[in-house]
Amino acid sequence: MLKNEIQQLPMDNFQRQSKTLKKRKRWSESLIQGLLFLAGLFSIFTTAGIIFTLGKEALLFFQKPEVNLFEFLTGTAWQPHINRFGILPLATSTLLTTTIAMLIAIPLGLIVAVFLSEYATRRVRNFLKPILEVLAGIPTIVYGYFALTFITPLLRDIIGKDVVNIYNTGSAGLVMGILILPPIASISEDALAAVPRSLREAGYGLGATKFEVVFKIVLPAALSGISAAIILGISRAIGETMIVAVAAGAGPNFTLNPFKGAETMTGHIVRISGGDLSYDSIDYDSIFAIGLVLFLVTLTLNIVSQWIVKRFREVYE
Amino acid sequence: MIQKTKVSRSMFDHNFAVRTNQGKTWHVIFLLVTIIAIISLTLLIFNIVDSVFGYVVINTRVDPATLMVDGVALEDQTKEQMVTTLQKNLSRGAFNKLNNEKDFTNRTRDEVLALVEERILKYEVLESWSLADSLLNKDAILTEYNTLITENPRAELKFISWLRWTRLVRPQSSEVATAGIRTAILGSLWTILITIVFAFPVGVGAAIYLEEYARDNWVNRVIQTNINNLAGVPSIIYGILGLAIFVRALEPLTSGSLFGLVDPTTANGRTILSAGLTLGLLVLPLIIINSQEAIRAVPQSLRNAGYGLGATKWQVTWAHVLPNALPGVLTGLILAVSRAIGETAPLVVVGASTAISFDPTSVFSKFTTLPIQIYQWTARPQPEWQHLASAAILVLLVLLLGLNAVAIVLRNKLSRKY
Repeated sequence: MLKNEIQQLPMDNFQRQSKTLKKRKRWSESLIQGLLFLAGLFSIFTTAGIIFTLGKEALLFFQKPEVNLFEFLTGTAWQPHINRFGILPLATSTLLTTTIAMLIAIPLGLIVAVFLSEYATRRVRNFLKPILEVLAGIPTIVYGYFALTFITPLLRDIIGKDVVNIYNTGSAGLVMGILILPPIASISEDALAAVPRSLREAGYGLGATKFEVVFKIVLPAALSGISAAIILGISRAIGETMIVAVAAGAGPNFTLNPFKGAETMTGHIVRISGGDLSYDSIDYDSIFAIGLVLFLVTLTLNIVSQWIVKRFREVYE
Repeated sequence: MIQKTKVSRSMFDHNFAVRTNQGKTWHVIFLLVTIIAIISLTLLIFNIVDSVFGYVVINTRVDPATLMVDGVALEDQTKEQMVTTLQKNLSRGAFNKLNNEKDFTNRTRDEVLALVEERILKYEVLESWSLADSLLNKDAILTEYNTLITENPRAELKFISWLRWTRLVRPQSSEVATAGIRTAILGSLWTILITIVFAFPVGVGAAIYLEEYARDNWVNRVIQTNINNLAGVPSIIYGILGLAIFVRALEPLTSGSLFGLVDPTTANGRTILSAGLTLGLLVLPLIIINSQEAIRAVPQSLRNAGYGLGATKWQVTWAHVLPNALPGVLTGLILAVSRAIGETAPLVVVGASTAISFDPTSVFSKFTTLPIQIYQWTARPQPEWQHLASAAILVLLVLLLGLNAVAIVLRNKLSRKY
């Protein structure tokens, strides 16, 4: 607007000067913008790289005469040395550890979130939040060590050494639950904190107790955020590697017994690639096929959680 | 006509108590569960510390007294005296082999001492106890020691800390008594350096693009959604990506053979460079998201002031937006670094070496890192290696705690209020 007014001024002298006020084309500016755009594109390259490499090597795997897709998805044995490649034993143990982890993390995580957001005084909050952050920052290998050297002996003492194996999915799942707890608690707490105060006050105005306000008003209002947190937690648990690699045992095992050792998808990838893996072996290709399954499952979960947040978010003003 | 009912206390009384009690019960449950969560953290720390200190029974194959030279104990001898001891006690071939690996004149006194302990003394841990056992069951330990000493007359009962200064400065070894984490610490530092050099500029650049330059069109929306999705991809997938791209496809580059720096026959892509780049890809979304938040928090008025003075877009970004966003950007970087330092799974997949005892010399060296070392020691069945793993965990946690403390200080010191 300003520019137009200047140009409309009849002064001859000024018009000549105004030419220099025009935006000059600056090559350096365009160059910088181009470089920054490239940096932005890098994330696209990464995704493309993941999809391309996983897809390509997995395709090679399924083209091998020993492998077929149907058997891969439904076979109950993963024994590469006799050419049996059924992912079910790996998938069930992933499912088992994830279920145990979520049985711990969902109730505990939600309760901690509700406590922090609704019940705790400011001092208690300022004390507890950093603890949760510290828990969230501990490397997963440390949790793995904890599972193997603390939880497993504890389970073996309580339930019996002949029932619980040294390597078992139960202790891996339990510790994974502790690992997933902080993120679930902290995302849920954000969702609870976003529920406006007026809703709570309205509840109290009707004579509701604190418990009723929390469970019948605040929790339902924050449900979209909480579901997103839970789904993200499931996705984390499925992709979690070091705890199961250390504590859940080596060797695929088609069982739903949490006291027996069984290798998960991630655990299998780590064990196979831990040795000196030769590039053209079927083992090498198989980790890409398992990786592809893992990637697709976690990606779907992440997208679903984003969709839930978008679709069901209650907007208050 | 509306029937007026008198509201009386009794209408509420029948369930008022129930409702109140319900609330109180749940309050207690909330509190209990939160306490349980804290206890689990305490247990985790306790479990590690419990394993770092404690009694051990150590046996040596040779009586240390026989290694005294001129009445000077082994620990106080000079390097030359120890080399002579080595020469006396090892076969000629074994001694020459050691000399060929690394010349004795180039070895430090500590390295030679470690060799004497490893090759001649041969410390052997017969039995080890946790801290709790050491404090509470002293009698049982003594009984066991007495049975052990009948078979091993030189066995010694000592209260030790598995984490000692020598553990930090000594390289990895196959003997539990002399193994250290020097190689692993150096490997971690080198790897992190590569990660930062790669991910920091790219990440901040992407954040600047998305916040300052990008228009709201589909390309930029795809980039943004993609970054959010990448943040949720399991770390092991990045390991597989690194294995296929950096280790295999870019092998000439990542192994260093392209530059003629290494022997092409033995070189492979499982190097510090590959590891660092893989971790770089892993933390990239984290750096971008944190930097975006920091840049977004810079008030628009600052930018407008810059434009008002005739500055170009990049001048405004470089001179006004970035300096003001710096505390947030750096905090994000530190969080990304602490994530990268603790990562294990992708590095195992990329191909960390199981046993290397020499310091990395360039980005094309084979690598091991602190978490990898912890993983390998934890996975061994003998309990004494797990003591060592716990000592390494303590180092890792102290490192991470330090980093987080720096992040908090940065956030508080540098952050400005508008």
